[in-house]
Amino acid sequence: MTTGKVKGIISNLVTVEADGPVAQNEICYISIGEEKLMAEVLKVNGDSVFVQVFESTRGMKVGNDVEFSGHMLEVTLGPGMLSRNYDGLQNDLDKMEGVFLKRGTYNFPLDREKLWNFKPIAKEGDAVEAASWLGEVEENHQPHKIMVPFVMQGVFTVKSIAKAGQYRIEDTIAVIVDKEGKEHEITMIQKWPVKKAINVHREKPRPFRLLETGIRIIDTANPIVEGGTGFIPGPFGTGKTVLQHSISKQADADIVIMAACGERANEVVEIFVEYPKLDDPHTGRKLMERTIIIANTSNMPVAAREASVYTAMTIAEYYRAMGLKILLMADSTSRWAQALREMSNRMEELPGQDAFPMDLSAIIGAFYSRAGFVYLKNGKTGSITFIGTVSPAGGNLKEPVTEGTKKAARCFYALEQSRADRKRYPAVNPIDSYSKYIEYPEFEEYIKTKIEGDWIGKVNKMKTMLQRGKEVQEQIDILGDDGVPTAYHVTFWKSEVIDYVILQQDAFDPIDCVCPLERQEYMFDIVMDICDREYEFSDFNEVSDYFKKLINVCKQMNYSEFKSEKFEEYRKQVEVILNR
Amino acid sequence: MAKAFQKIYTEITAITKATCSLKAADVGIEELATVNGKLSQVVRIIGDEVTLQVFEGTEGIPTNAEVVFLGKAPSLKVSDQLCGRFFNALGFPIDGGPEVEGREVEIGGPSVNPVRRKQPSELIATGIAGIDLNNTLVSGQKIPFFADPDQPYNQVMANVALRAKADKIILGGMGLTNDDYLYFKNVFSNAGVMEHIVSFVNTTENPPVERLLIPDMALTAAEYFAVEKNEKVLVLLTDMTSYADALAIVSNRMDQIPSKDSMPGSLYSDLAKIYEKAVQFPEGGSITIIAVTTLSGGDITHAIPDNTGYITEGQLFLRRDSDVGKVIVDPFRSLSRLKQLVQGKKTREDHPQVMNAAVRLYADAANAKTKLENGFDLTDYDQRTLDFAKEYSNDILAIDVNIDTTEMLDRTWSLFGKYFKPDEVNIKNALVEKYWR
Repeated sequence: MTTGKVKGIISNLVTVEADGPVAQNEICYISIGEEKLMAEVLKVNGDSVFVQVFESTRGMKVGNDVEFSGHMLEVTLGPGMLSRNYDGLQNDLDKMEGVFLKRGTYNFPLDREKLWNFKPIAKEGDAVEAASWLGEVEENHQPHKIMVPFVMQGVFTVKSIAKAGQYRIEDTIAVIVDKEGKEHEITMIQKWPVKKAINVHREKPRPFRLLETGIRIIDTANPIVEGGTGFIPGPFGTGKTVLQHSISKQADADIVIMAACGERANEVVEIFVEYPKLDDPHTGRKLMERTIIIANTSNMPVAAREASVYTAMTIAEYYRAMGLKILLMADSTSRWAQALREMSNRMEELPGQDAFPMDLSAIIGAFYSRAGFVYLKNGKTGSITFIGTVSPAGGNLKEPVTEGTKKAARCFYALEQSRADRKRYPAVNPIDSYSKYIEYPEFEEYIKTKIEGDWIGKVNKMKTMLQRGKEVQEQIDILGDDGVPTAYHVTFWKSEVIDYVILQQDAFDPIDCVCPLERQEYMFDIVMDICDREYEFSDFNEVSDYFKKLINVCKQMNYSEFKSEKFEEYRKQVEVILNR
Repeated sequence: MAKAFQKIYTEITAITKATCSLKAADVGIEELATVNGKLSQVVRIIGDEVTLQVFEGTEGIPTNAEVVFLGKAPSLKVSDQLCGRFFNALGFPIDGGPEVEGREVEIGGPSVNPVRRKQPSELIATGIAGIDLNNTLVSGQKIPFFADPDQPYNQVMANVALRAKADKIILGGMGLTNDDYLYFKNVFSNAGVMEHIVSFVNTTENPPVERLLIPDMALTAAEYFAVEKNEKVLVLLTDMTSYADALAIVSNRMDQIPSKDSMPGSLYSDLAKIYEKAVQFPEGGSITIIAVTTLSGGDITHAIPDNTGYITEGQLFLRRDSDVGKVIVDPFRSLSRLKQLVQGKKTREDHPQVMNAAVRLYADAANAKTKLENGFDLTDYDQRTLDFAKEYSNDILAIDVNIDTTEMLDRTWSLFGKYFKPDEVNIKNALVEKYWR
């Protein structure tokens, strides 16, 4: 193994003199007394190796010993990752001792002793390749496939496979033989370098299946699909985190991975506290059972922030290869970009816009492209839906991270300060936001199997009405309430009905927080019926009084259990008001 | 400060306004040193060349100055003797009292493991409706006042601190004017709570770079009381804009490429490291941080308030309401992100909905006001919202009103009843039936 000595230190950028070969992105360990700090190679120049240390370098001296590991930053993949809380380098946070994080402590991310109930899938004599399913164990009530390690190249023959029974993750569950006749023992775990995408699928078509989130402004207005990508930019205080948590709680996914990247620790604590108690609305089991948390909060080492999103994506890709539906959320990708900026700055690279590295947009693009809907080689499907949040500096959407992400992501949920100020939550701007998927013919075909009639046509009509409402409102603001025809007020208030009843949703109300697709369709029909009607009013005061009443009753419907007695009562009241 | 047998270096090779460099061996990064007695810290090591940041500035340092390395990072001696005392940024007493004895702890220590944190759940009552009613504070929270320099933020903060019933209050003053420093000292000693207060103060008379140590000093003391004594500690940091300005000075002198608003690219992480020390520990101790970030011309898109807003759990804006002539906590732009952890749980059930309805009506009043200013006629509803807003602002929101949360809710319901019909407030029927007056 290559070793070296520290020869320069600026914050967490350390230059090392190495005595042998080193690879770009190779992991090394620097000793300070008893502690060994993990670091990653960023640049090599002559015999100077520039490494970023993942932790505080306080007390490091010139001459400290360095050991290179011979591999890039890797994660260990195997059964037992669900429900765990990892840091950005996949250390199990629950296994760490003490209240404070001690630098230089790393641990094994899985449980070596736990026995898993293994059932073979492959048979002796089967031809297999990387990612072929050899068997499965049950992990939190979901099938967890044991696969041929992704690093293995070529075709192998199964020589032997373990019988159904109880095994530990490091027990050999199969022996496979390559073309040269060499035998390879396969266990339930494998390693993979996080910066490399896992490409073990047959093809990656355009995604088309709706991923239900229970949030009306997403599902009805700007749907995201299984394997789709989206991003949520917004100034602070506009409800990014609440929206993201709602999506992660309610989305119809098999597994949810949350990468808390450079954000507040108390937000992660909220997940730790709530998810073990909350039920998954689709299976009725506890949310935590399907969740993995990668926490690199803003006070944890900056250099590990970048690693945290890659760690999360790699784990997602691993589960996708088992044919599962994964939802990956990263909050916030801006913090990751800032970590890149800090490093690029210390390395004295020429800066791009706002001092971000020049290749920022390419890095973001490459990362988003790891998401997607795939057909596996065995014909099954799997998907990673990726939603990232962006924290634009000063709320300005023309900054490099937002612009770079806009090129990469297909759904755009723009959170808006003025909507948040008026407490219209979720504060997603209904006019600027978009979902490209709604234009996909594949999606249109799919949604027809779920909802009868011309759903997309109706949604587009609603958007036009919102747009029209906004234009009319501007007119009223300029000309005054009595300076415009009463019909203008009707148009404006119709858009307000859509806004209050469909777009706004109370994430903290036990009933309104989740709105299943069936209920969305039902309410949408009521609202569109209201909007399709013609109204006669003698003056504009009547208009607002009338529609406020309607809005109030419709909101009470949103707060009542679907099709309950109360709900139907309010439904009747709507009819009464409409047929006044 | 030099001890016997310590190596003394006397050949400085480079001097800038804030740093000096010399050749030295066996030196650790972030280690303290003295240069002709001036405290400084190692910020860069390249081979045998060591760069020191001199906190007081390098004025008068000769190339043959005596440099002694102290073999440790900046640290603070912690013990109960800290109580009632005033210190400078380096942790030395400035009140004429004796040195503190205690365990020496390096400042800027490690972060709390997120899985060991407890979810904050204890309400901090301040008696100010703009806070308790609309933006309830919770122990373990971190929240700044965003204020223009002419606003009475230090007074409000001192009030909040005294009413908050904390076991300890730690004041971290950065670039505080001497007058404000004396103000805090007076308020605390008049309230008779000096033995609960520890202060670390860097006034405008002290070198600016020194103030970079203030937050870490204050928080190291806070951690001592919160972790070892399980106490509820409230940390006041004023003014964080001065802190960030000092960061910019240092990064500039270290030849770093500035990012937005000439601030260092690491501003977010630098601020987060401080604010994230706010925590609820499982054993009952907690650290709550209330800070001040002064704005220039109310601009919150500037890098300092902007980055702060992304880190802290909300922000409080002060505003003079010209209709009633009183300072209020602005209900639109202020936010406490942890409020839902206590609202309606530690307070009455109607709290969240009443708060939202009142703010919504207050917003309608703002629209009506715009209409009025543009010369349009007001509807009857508009007029009612305006009347409501005036009373709401004067009797509930103004910072000189000191009442408890239940009283705030009752007063708000009375105003609803006075000016509106039940279907105009958009509150769940069950609550309207129970509380409408």
